[in-house]
Amino acid sequence: MLDGILMLLVLLNLFSLGSTRISASIRVVAYQGAAIGLVPLFLPGKITGGILVAIVSVTLLVKAVILPWFLRYAQKRVNVRREEKPFVGASTSILSGVAALGTAFFISSRLPIPFAVASPFIVPVALSVSLTGFFIIISRAEALSQVIGYLILENGIYLFGIALLLEQPLLVEIGMLLDVFVGIFVMGITVFHISREFEHTDTSRLSGLADWLPEGKRSE
Amino acid sequence: MAIFLFLAPFAAGLAAFVIKSDRLRRRLLFTVACAHAAFSLYLCLFPPGGEDYRWLWFGLDALSRYFMAVFSLLFLCASFYAVIYLKGEKSRPREKKEEGLLFNNAPEAAFTGCLLVFLACMSLLALSRHFGLIWISMEATTLVSAPLIYFHRQRSSLEATWKYLLICSVGIALALFGNLFLAVSASGQSPGTEISIDRLLGPGVRLDPLWLKAGFIFVLVGYGTKMGLAPMHTWLPDAHSEAPSVASALLSGALLNCAFLAVLRFYQLCLANGIGSFCRELFLIFGILSMAVAAVFIIGQSDYKRLLAYSSVEHMGILCFAVAVGTAYGSMLQAANHSFIKGALFICAGNILAGFRSKRIADVRGIAHVMPWAGILWFTGILAICGMPPFGAFLSEWIILKAAFSGGNLLLPVVYLFLLGVIFIGMTGTGIRMTFGVPSIPEGKKSFLSLLPALLLLLLSLFLGIYMPAALDGAVSGAAALLGGQG
Repeated sequence: MLDGILMLLVLLNLFSLGSTRISASIRVVAYQGAAIGLVPLFLPGKITGGILVAIVSVTLLVKAVILPWFLRYAQKRVNVRREEKPFVGASTSILSGVAALGTAFFISSRLPIPFAVASPFIVPVALSVSLTGFFIIISRAEALSQVIGYLILENGIYLFGIALLLEQPLLVEIGMLLDVFVGIFVMGITVFHISREFEHTDTSRLSGLADWLPEGKRSE
Repeated sequence: MAIFLFLAPFAAGLAAFVIKSDRLRRRLLFTVACAHAAFSLYLCLFPPGGEDYRWLWFGLDALSRYFMAVFSLLFLCASFYAVIYLKGEKSRPREKKEEGLLFNNAPEAAFTGCLLVFLACMSLLALSRHFGLIWISMEATTLVSAPLIYFHRQRSSLEATWKYLLICSVGIALALFGNLFLAVSASGQSPGTEISIDRLLGPGVRLDPLWLKAGFIFVLVGYGTKMGLAPMHTWLPDAHSEAPSVASALLSGALLNCAFLAVLRFYQLCLANGIGSFCRELFLIFGILSMAVAAVFIIGQSDYKRLLAYSSVEHMGILCFAVAVGTAYGSMLQAANHSFIKGALFICAGNILAGFRSKRIADVRGIAHVMPWAGILWFTGILAICGMPPFGAFLSEWIILKAAFSGGNLLLPVVYLFLLGVIFIGMTGTGIRMTFGVPSIPEGKKSFLSLLPALLLLLLSLFLGIYMPAALDGAVSGAAALLGGQG
């Protein structure tokens, strides 16, 4: 079952790379958050009872409900439908996603986990989710797409942490979740400001600040 | 008791958001800053004997006491300047010179609140003994300092804020990976080992070296982004030039050091597990690269706040270089000197900007004639940051040079000296052009009060350069001892 979830995550990765419609990306991130939130249920006997329920429900609430809802709200508010001019096209993105998966498997084969884990695919899948997020941040121009990419990057890290190391203090895990949560909100609010100020949210056109700009080109 | 260093500014920060009276809020800011500085300075110079303070995952050792005292003193001076600055700014629409556009400032309450919570987050970082908590507080500093950068509601600040948020968040996400790798390396022996400093440095803990190395790389790149190490420094000049000078002073003098502290915490573990030389190699690469990148961009820089920002990149490089050549003592001393002098310079820059209404170096001529105090302090500060005696930076850079020479590899000190020399020429050349000559404005603002914190900070650095009391020397050596001794 755990492997099934991990498989699903790989497919969602490729979906998120292939879609340039923002609303589709948000839906993919929500599914991804839900899948990752369910992972602790299938880990053999590490943590049980109330704490398990708490972790699963808080993760699902934050990653699959609140953050996607907020992103959807942000999308409506700044009124962007799709990634108009991504730096990398959809098919190349998907190919890069496959390459990222390969890289993730290669890295994890070189870094053997020094203890028994529930599934050998946890590390490569977590790494590939993070790499996908990273790729989306650098290959998309829309500010909202970059926020989505950041969330995917964090999802990968969260998967890595929760699947391997649930025993770390709960407080710290909740703190990390909270930081990501607030982070997405602050980024979203900044996106509102950008859209109000510039009347677009295309970050490739945010280029007023640089060293050695030709005279008169300084700040848009 | 020491937990109040976090709780007091945090509570005051929350209060600042709701307090309606400007006077009361400014008083609160300054009072908390005074109390924080006094308490942390006392803890640093006269550490409580015997057992260090410990509570849950909080605690203070020589390293955190030292860093806390440094940023707390800087915060005190910056908050004094902030009070004067906010009085002058008073949320009136101003004209941005270059564009002729009107823009408003963010509400003063939010700015003051964020300043105080920012202090609280940095204190939390210094107090944390758990790597997860260190990460949480590091990320929190990013989130509360973003509104500080966007105080002037204008396009360029917004662009800088966005870059800062995105680049630093991604960097810190990488650092989180590093921390998880650390947890993996600690779990090899017994699953679920808590990743707190005391537990991992305690007896009988062996960390898996492969995962620890991987973790250190991620942490250095991740927190290094926040610290402004090249090539991850790209957010730094934008943020430092667009933020109001109070915030620039704090970002540059306090926040970068805190990120360095987070890296050093990890380095402590690496030292204890025998991979110190691996880490020092990485420190060396990033250190030299940062100094070189800074040198390139300092020469021919056209914006004086960006100039200061690149100088911060240089100094972060020097801190890493110092650790790499084995003088943690020099690195600690340099960190304090950089904080104080850079804080003074940014406060001067704020005054110059208020008088000349331009951040372009070409527009600023003859500060010494129209704003004598600002001119003197600006030029002295530039000399001090370049390592001129008798300021403290000379002493620390000298210690680092000596350590580099004693390492045996002659190439290192030569490269180090060369880069320092290039930066010296670039910075002082600009400093002379700005300070002397025919003034480009008829009359400047002659307020001495808003320059007082800059004067105090420069005096602090001067003090560090000429006289080292035993208590202070003890504090620096104590911090350095945790990083592998005086070297």
